Amino acid sequence: MALAKRIIPCLDVDKGRVVKGVNFVGIRDAGDPVEIAKRYNDQGADEITFLDITASHEGRDTTVHMVEAIAEQVFIPLTVGGGIRELADIRNMLNAGADKVSINSAAVYNPEFVREASEKFGAQCIVVAIDAKQVGDNHWEIFTHGGRKPTGINAVEWAAKMAEYGAGEILLTSMDRDGVKSGFDLGVTRAISDAVNIPVIASGGVGNLDHLVDGVLQGKADAVLAASIFHFGEYTVEQAKQHMAAAGIEMRL
Amino acid sequence: MTSKTCAVIDYGMGNLHSAHGALQAVAGDTKVIVTGDPEIIRKADHVVLPGVGAMRDCMAEIRAQGIDQVVAEARKTKPLLGICVGMQGMMDRSEENGGVDCLGLFPGEVRFFGNDLIEDGEKLKVPHMGWNKVRQIHHPLWNGIEDDTRFYFVHSYYVEAQRAEHVKGSGHYGVDFAAAIGEDNVFGVQFHPEKSHNAGLALLKNFLEWDGQA
Repeated sequence: MALAKRIIPCLDVDKGRVVKGVNFVGIRDAGDPVEIAKRYNDQGADEITFLDITASHEGRDTTVHMVEAIAEQVFIPLTVGGGIRELADIRNMLNAGADKVSINSAAVYNPEFVREASEKFGAQCIVVAIDAKQVGDNHWEIFTHGGRKPTGINAVEWAAKMAEYGAGEILLTSMDRDGVKSGFDLGVTRAISDAVNIPVIASGGVGNLDHLVDGVLQGKADAVLAASIFHFGEYTVEQAKQHMAAAGIEMRL
Repeated sequence: MTSKTCAVIDYGMGNLHSAHGALQAVAGDTKVIVTGDPEIIRKADHVVLPGVGAMRDCMAEIRAQGIDQVVAEARKTKPLLGICVGMQGMMDRSEENGGVDCLGLFPGEVRFFGNDLIEDGEKLKVPHMGWNKVRQIHHPLWNGIEDDTRFYFVHSYYVEAQRAEHVKGSGHYGVDFAAAIGEDNVFGVQFHPEKSHNAGLALLKNFLEWDGQA
């Protein structure tokens, strides 16, 4: 099969700066989003994801300007997430140059929003982000508010429902892994990838390049997302792609 | 002397920022204009027909705004590039939305990949989303781009050209499909050159420099 698996560097942006926390707290500054996006584009990233983690009302304009600046210089797909709550938010981000938006809590509060968004803008630009935590054997639950608030929703069933509602892709973040560098939660990644017929992006927990390989080969992810291993210069995107290709994975080199 | 223009046709189906930005980045002196005004499109030296979303809505808007007419004129007179749904719309018919009649610039149909696409025992997901190889068939728009280069695709429907000589690039995802079609001064690509990094920019630059001779 010739379709390449994708590597997606993720920029978590707070007040105009790229940051990265451990388990969503303990923030570390990693630089200017536009410069970093450009660097990853030059290194061969397959897409870029921009997550506005402040997502405060005042911060929206800053985000729009940054998305515009990135879209002017980066000619690969750009996904923007954080604070996407209504159709107008989606339109604003697409008009600023985003190719896809990622919907997280708003989908949990109102699943119909995903259906409306998909009908209006097309499934290809609607990513549903799922923040999951393991709560038992082969049982994962959706959490909101940066992993603090349980919802009682089964993550695998939820992913299938979102696909049915018109999501074009699932961005799965394992909250107990995020920022701790011990590898993806392969169990939930695999369970969701098997349960849906749309692409699944694995996220949360990448600490080395073997974790990326495991996400694809064992987790059956279609794409892998990582942040800190790239931000602080541990690895380049190119090195990551070479490593995955050497493990027998189809990559765009 | 006024500079050349490239019209990116806006028929109200969404975001043309990417297409405009990528074309402008390689346009040199050519001015790239996003417009739905038939008069501006008629005057343009190059015309791009983009497309996103569902085929029925796209074709309805194209007809309501008289874009079908200007595209038919461009077909006879100047370099014309269809992108993604824009390329699909150049075929006779699409099976999307229960069946939609399209512009009929090329004989052939647009078909659904299906929900049970399997290859080598692996289930293939739909949409076909990501970077896939394109096997080129000699054409000026491939100049300087290596054969089998990967481009960025996002689509659930694919073009099945009736005549093999119209296929200018082939892709494979469970089935073989037309990744690029062309005849005379018309070219269509299923992938998104505006999102395909350096290879995509190279193709757009080739298009803007193209005189329409295949």
